Amino acid sequence: MKAGIVSYGAYIPRYRIAPKTIGAVWGNDGEAMGRNLNIRAKSVPGPDEDVITISVEAARACMAKVSIEPTDIGAIYVGSESHPYAVKPTATIVAEAIGATPVLTAADFEFACKAGTAAIQTTMGLTISKMMKYGMAVGADTSQGAPGDALEYSASAGGAALLVGTDHVAAEINHTVSYTTDTPDFWRREGQRYPSHGGRFTGEPAYFKHVVSCAQLLFKRAGSQPQDYDYAVFHQPNGKFPVRAAKQLGFKDAQVDTGLCVRDIGNTYSGAIMVGLSAILDEAEPGDRIFAVGYGSGAGSDGFDITVTDAISKLRRDATPTVKRMIETHEFIDYATYAKFRGKILLREA
Amino acid sequence: MREVAVIGVGETEFGELWDRSFRDLGIEAGLKAIQDAKIASEDIDAVYIGNMSAGKFIDQEHVSALVADYAGLADRHLPTVRVEGGGACGAVALLQARLAIASGMYDIVVVGGAEKMTDVGDVQAAEILSSTADQEWESVFGATFAGLYAMMARRHMHEYGTKREHLAAVAVKNHKNGSLNPEAQFQKEITLETVLNSPMVADPLGMFDCAPLSDGAAAVVLCAADRARKFTDAPVLLKGSGQASDFLAVHDRRDLTTMDATVIAGKRAFQEAKLEPKDVQVAEVHDNFTISEILAIEDLRFVEKGKGGPATADGLTALNGKVSVNPSGGLKARGQPVGATGVAQAVEIVRQLRGDAGKRQVAGARRGLTHTLGGTGATAVVHIFERGA
Amino acid sequence: MTQAIPRFWREIQSRYNLVGSKCGSCGKVDFPPRAVCPDCGRKSIGKMQSFKLCGKGTVVTYTTIYDAPSQFDMQKPYVMAIVEMDEGVRLTTQLINVKPEDVKIGMKVQATFRKLGQDGEAGVIHYGYKFRPAGS
Ligand SMILES: [Zn+2]
Repeated sequence: MKAGIVSYGAYIPRYRIAPKTIGAVWGNDGEAMGRNLNIRAKSVPGPDEDVITISVEAARACMAKVSIEPTDIGAIYVGSESHPYAVKPTATIVAEAIGATPVLTAADFEFACKAGTAAIQTTMGLTISKMMKYGMAVGADTSQGAPGDALEYSASAGGAALLVGTDHVAAEINHTVSYTTDTPDFWRREGQRYPSHGGRFTGEPAYFKHVVSCAQLLFKRAGSQPQDYDYAVFHQPNGKFPVRAAKQLGFKDAQVDTGLCVRDIGNTYSGAIMVGLSAILDEAEPGDRIFAVGYGSGAGSDGFDITVTDAISKLRRDATPTVKRMIETHEFIDYATYAKFRGKILLREA
Repeated sequence: MREVAVIGVGETEFGELWDRSFRDLGIEAGLKAIQDAKIASEDIDAVYIGNMSAGKFIDQEHVSALVADYAGLADRHLPTVRVEGGGACGAVALLQARLAIASGMYDIVVVGGAEKMTDVGDVQAAEILSSTADQEWESVFGATFAGLYAMMARRHMHEYGTKREHLAAVAVKNHKNGSLNPEAQFQKEITLETVLNSPMVADPLGMFDCAPLSDGAAAVVLCAADRARKFTDAPVLLKGSGQASDFLAVHDRRDLTTMDATVIAGKRAFQEAKLEPKDVQVAEVHDNFTISEILAIEDLRFVEKGKGGPATADGLTALNGKVSVNPSGGLKARGQPVGATGVAQAVEIVRQLRGDAGKRQVAGARRGLTHTLGGTGATAVVHIFERGA
Repeated sequence: MTQAIPRFWREIQSRYNLVGSKCGSCGKVDFPPRAVCPDCGRKSIGKMQSFKLCGKGTVVTYTTIYDAPSQFDMQKPYVMAIVEMDEGVRLTTQLINVKPEDVKIGMKVQATFRKLGQDGEAGVIHYGYKFRPAGS
């Protein structure tokens, strides 16, 4: 028996800031920075948005596409590195807001940018084993780069939710593999406001080693080659890494293009590969095959070999805005507004 | 029911009275009213106090006993009652005191109203005022008190073509009246431009569309009418009183541009007094925002529904107009110490009917009306007064 | 204005999911839920059923708030509106994703999920509905 994606939903906040705007504040050539990172803009959450509201929006968009009782969901896991609470789950609020309570299990996951894909694998196991009918895996973040840090050009906000199960499967997960080592390329210590990273160490020994190794494992497990896939999507901390990894693995630009949302919205961390996958599912046809490899610092990669089924045509894919539409619906803000929205201005006690 | 008369009135000045406490204000107004009534403390049967939120403004509850105590009445062990009803509490206290006398239980009751609002910051004071709106289903979502009135104003504009200039005309008129009242918080005239150019508070209401935060107190002495002549040659009779309530939240009301509570309270008061709006020459209405006065004059049937704005702009409600509305300056210029409002309005009407209103005297005032709101109109009280024959 | 924890918690169903009530006697929908139908009075006691609103409605009136309590500092100026839900009942809500000058009476809006406030930096965060233009 195979598990798969029963439904999906994504959410991207509407505010954007351009690399040029950020660079202007810190005395950098922001435009060049953006070109180098292959990022035109990054999404910014409104002052009333956080990982919880983004997760709820995504989860509701996911449930709006199907006629499944929320109470049939046996587990909700929300992967993020920017949960609003250090202690107190995001997942319970998501469960309450989609009407899935009280008979279910819920928890928050953390594995840098791959907490969401870890949640997918967990729900696969729980549904294949018949412990429950459906599980929901959410990946969402409102990550921050320290002001002036290179990360500030990319760290953005967004998320996606996948409903995983073994019936009404719209996209079957044929295989999943993971590749995990202890590699401290990026971290945030307890109580620290902004994450730290190893600079160029985040590249070869971290992102590329894990993504490429995981991808090769997945090819081997599936007995497949790049040309067998209609789409490929990778974790996208910037617009450069996934393009290079794809090329190295033998994928063509056309396979990667649809899921490469980072160019318009920046790095949504735990949301990144799941938003990319949602963009693909927004337009995929029955029979399409998708190659997906996520990455989380620290470090590990989860890979998925997916085949879209006939059931995709039964999903109400127009019930909520597509990823493309959410990318197009935006409002640019200046750095002062961005700093205000992101809590970078010191306020008096409310 | 025994008829009831007002035999004495007193008030403090209204404003930011930094050097005076809640008890200072309550006592000043009370003693002035007692003096005006020429009664002795032994004549008093009970004390009623209208107060909205001393608990939040000055951290003091149980203010009815406090005021009686500091007025030197502790030894008399009088029954004291504190009445709460949002901004209408003073008017409700007046009504309750009237009932107590009408029932025959008491003969003479002192009714006070007081609020000390400036011991907290103005943002906090605005929040306390907002607490008379629905905290769970309006305020939590960000609807401020001004915002709720602004939404009524917007709807009135939409339905009747009311303009910001019409709203502003209320402020201009009331400031003009206030300039004639030596007890008023603002005694300066303002222009239409000043109102229109004032910073926005809640669109379409600007700063000059809103009544201020004030300290102040007012008091009246009520007496059974058959005993009133013993104390005064000029009793003012309380001919009719009406009180009504409505849905607490604005969104639940039947019509966003009509305060049903005002309509019904007005009907009840006029019915009891066997009078019509045309019989009234002077009215003090609850103008906590400019739109409130427009709604009040419509809902009390002084003008046709929807015509309150143009009527005000045309001077129908100006001093010695068709009906003189808020000759004291209203909440807008005289000031808005919330708990004092209903009682202060009665003080002004009594002065007008006695012919004691100085430069702001309404010529030939024989009957007057007070209209007081609680919250955004979930409570309304109307009292009708008549000069004793 | 800090909200005591249970005071907010007990309204979660209505604030998250627009759960109101429907009168078993006349069918009128109320939000938030009521124990007695304002139209039927005593007849409705014991007949009020839980009822979830569809989340779609129309702007009846609105205002842009410039002066607000400090917990709304981040959002000023913001738009508040009274919305008539498709079920007929009205509620007060913040409108987001729209510029003040673009709000119109009669505009179609839909419910969304946002942060309403928090009890300071260390306190509980409150969530609930805000509305946005339909289809945005
Ligand atoms: Zn009913």
